[in-house]
Amino acid sequence: MINKAFSFCCTCLLLLVSLFANAQENQNQNTETGPVNEFFRSNGKIYVIVGVLLIIFIGIVIFLIALDRKITRLERRDGIHGK
Amino acid sequence: MAKHWWKALAVLLLVYVIIAGFTIEIPIIGTNGQSSRGLFFHVPMWMCMYTMFTISVVNSVLYLSKYDLRRDVYASAAANVGVFYGILGFATGTLWATYTWGGSFTSDPKQMLTAVALMIYMAYLVLRLSIPDIDKRARISAVFNVFAFALLIPLTYIIPRMVDSLHPGSATTPGFASSDTDDHMRMVLYPAFIGWVLLSVWIYTLFVRYKKLELKNIFK
Repeated sequence: MINKAFSFCCTCLLLLVSLFANAQENQNQNTETGPVNEFFRSNGKIYVIVGVLLIIFIGIVIFLIALDRKITRLERRDGIHGK
Repeated sequence: MAKHWWKALAVLLLVYVIIAGFTIEIPIIGTNGQSSRGLFFHVPMWMCMYTMFTISVVNSVLYLSKYDLRRDVYASAAANVGVFYGILGFATGTLWATYTWGGSFTSDPKQMLTAVALMIYMAYLVLRLSIPDIDKRARISAVFNVFAFALLIPLTYIIPRMVDSLHPGSATTPGFASSDTDDHMRMVLYPAFIGWVLLSVWIYTLFVRYKKLELKNIFK
């Protein structure tokens, strides 16, 4: 089950990388319009930093969840029933 | 999954805090400018630290009454996580002070006394490392921990409120109180307290479980 989730995350990452690569071919600076781009440029581009913090925070949370599950597995192996 | 609901709640609250904390309208006052938004991230670090040090001192007192080594593990893990949050709070406060007080390390009583309090807790961690015998370490550090907590509250909470300080909540400056915090900010501040404290408790439980695995020969 964990392997499935891991391979799903890897696939998403690889797809994301191909998106960035595509953007690099078109132009060096992102000047594309559209509702999403307009939103990220509004209010002095504050939403870019909101996104940055969300990515960092979600990364930390994924790390904590992984750690939690690893410790749970060790506890099961050793027969300790933690909380 | 049922027993993990509070971890999900912490994550949801903090996602809300991060989005709302940067996007709500806040009053622009004095030299603070937009940096008042630090309230949602700097102050909860101290709440986490106080929560951890309270868990730590309660477990130290319980250890001294029953001499159960599990209590010592709880106390030391909480002190570790508490010092971590204290350093985070101190670092964020220092950065904030650099651009609002005109200096990273001013002779501000709250900043100085908080540094002293953190040093006392770091001494607790060093003291633990210096005693190889596990029972002796547990007893001596539990006694030290009680004194450390007895110093923490006056150093970080009482004395800074009695003297002049640049930090909000001193004798001459308004502080965090129901009467002088903007209503919009309180809509984010209270969820921030709950979310960050729940996250720190999560980290604390991970630390405790790791320690129990490490010392499983003792807890059989």
